Amino acid sequence: MITVAGLTVRFGGVVSLDSMTAEFPPGTCGLIGPNGAGKTTFFNVMSGFVKPIAGRVLVDDTDLLAMPDFQRARWGLRRTFQTEQAIEGLTVFDNVATVYEHSGGGARANRRSAVMEALDFVGLADLATDYARTLRAKERRFIEVARAVVGSPKVVLLDEPAAGLPDAETAELETIIRTIPERTGATVILVDHDMALVQACCTYTAVLDFGRLLASGPTAEVLRNERVVQAYLGVDDE
Amino acid sequence: MSVDAGSRRRSLAAAVGRFRGHRLFQPIAVAAVLVVALVVIPAALDAFWIANFTQMALFAALAASAGMLYGRVGLVSLGQVAPYGIGTWVTMRLSFATSLPYPVLVVIGGLVAAALGVLIGLPALRVSGLYLALVTLMLAAGTEIILAELKFPNGGKGFKGSVKNLSDIRAVRRPSIATTDVGYYRFAVVGAFCVFMLAAFLLSRKPGRAWASIRQSEASALSAGVDVTRYKLLAFALASFMAGVAGGLFAGSIPKGMSTDAFNRQAAIFLIAAVIMGGIHGLWGAVLGAFFATCLLKFLTQNVAGHAFWTRFSLSLFGFGLLTNLIQSTKAAEKKGVAA
Repeated sequence: MITVAGLTVRFGGVVSLDSMTAEFPPGTCGLIGPNGAGKTTFFNVMSGFVKPIAGRVLVDDTDLLAMPDFQRARWGLRRTFQTEQAIEGLTVFDNVATVYEHSGGGARANRRSAVMEALDFVGLADLATDYARTLRAKERRFIEVARAVVGSPKVVLLDEPAAGLPDAETAELETIIRTIPERTGATVILVDHDMALVQACCTYTAVLDFGRLLASGPTAEVLRNERVVQAYLGVDDE
Repeated sequence: MSVDAGSRRRSLAAAVGRFRGHRLFQPIAVAAVLVVALVVIPAALDAFWIANFTQMALFAALAASAGMLYGRVGLVSLGQVAPYGIGTWVTMRLSFATSLPYPVLVVIGGLVAAALGVLIGLPALRVSGLYLALVTLMLAAGTEIILAELKFPNGGKGFKGSVKNLSDIRAVRRPSIATTDVGYYRFAVVGAFCVFMLAAFLLSRKPGRAWASIRQSEASALSAGVDVTRYKLLAFALASFMAGVAGGLFAGSIPKGMSTDAFNRQAAIFLIAAVIMGGIHGLWGAVLGAFFATCLLKFLTQNVAGHAFWTRFSLSLFGFGLLTNLIQSTKAAEKKGVAA
């Protein structure tokens, strides 16, 4: 269970997260909201790139924000980025191995099997020796997902993993995302604008608008919520 | 006809690609270069060219240090002449003060330079890009001033190790197995080779993967659990060690007395230009850059045009190469639309 309490982030005069309070139960949770709602800011707070002026994030009993940024990965926090960050200068294998060895994923002797398992999981095992820079967009996105699941993650943050992918590839991604919790035991938070993907992957969804929690609950219910529909589509004048 | 030629070219390119991708390609290429450097060059060339290739060998080690920082870690350092100068000075001073074997002196010079490298690294943790380039250039300028004041040791006593009378000037002692020019050339090649192997070893291991992550994006590196601070400092320490060893090799290549010209700001800019022209993504680029900067320039000076013309024109040529490279890399970055 991830508990967010009173999280506030300000960039100058802009309040990006306004006393955000939310709970994410185990499994795959959606985090949606219009552009600028504060979803990525929330991820950046979790990663340690942005310091909040108030609030805390508890994962079970661990105070996440009390940890130095690079140690959060060692604790088990993983994430992907909106603009994918597969490391161009490394092979697919080394991309994933980097996370395994630097996040204290496990014993050196298990490195190869752990990395290959993660690559198998996203379907990239055949490309293990290829350099990331030679791959297509989808494959590079999937490298990021493999990086997020290798070793023993506790929390996986996926920031618009389907952005720019055609439908067939999104469907592939959907299957992968849905199986992350049972495969790794991690809690997954998925940010995406593809509502079909969110609905398919997430049993629970929270909605942010202007940095505040607008609604949360079972995904189907939340997506029917009038205030959520208004936040996305605007208020009908008539 | 043209289709045939095109497909033939493509299949040739594919064959070359396959050959280069083969796991034996690198070892074979390294062995070939070593055979040429250690056997063919000493047999085929005269003393003048042996001296130039000696300079090329140690310049390659120096270039590899700057190229590794820039190409593999993404840190632009214009200050690599500083640890190079320190390595030279320390090796020279110890060669007069002690009777330790020469390779040991070179390693000590490298270690002292590495300690300095960590000091250079400290500001680097706070600044990057152009600002880091400026900070490190100032460091090179500072070292230039200190070396100009300190002078290079020439066999005297005291901390500075300088003699009172010109007739007392002694040359740096060379390793006992490499007292001749050809012997010392081979020693420099082997020394540079060891530097390259050290860099290649670390680049292919955990630190290399951490550096590749940092180069791509610090955010991504942090979220992979890479201790960015520690690995940046390690990169500076390694690069300074490499430059310091190059300096130690340089110390034995100069017969008597030494000017501080090799360590001034102009040398710093010239070094980074040579590094970028050679190519920064692989260690081979350092060898190529060193070839441009030493042997090719000497060849052109000797055979194509007069000394004055080439010393001036060479700088313009390197400036042009640097500019073209920077424009290209800026364009590539824009095309990629990299987000910070």
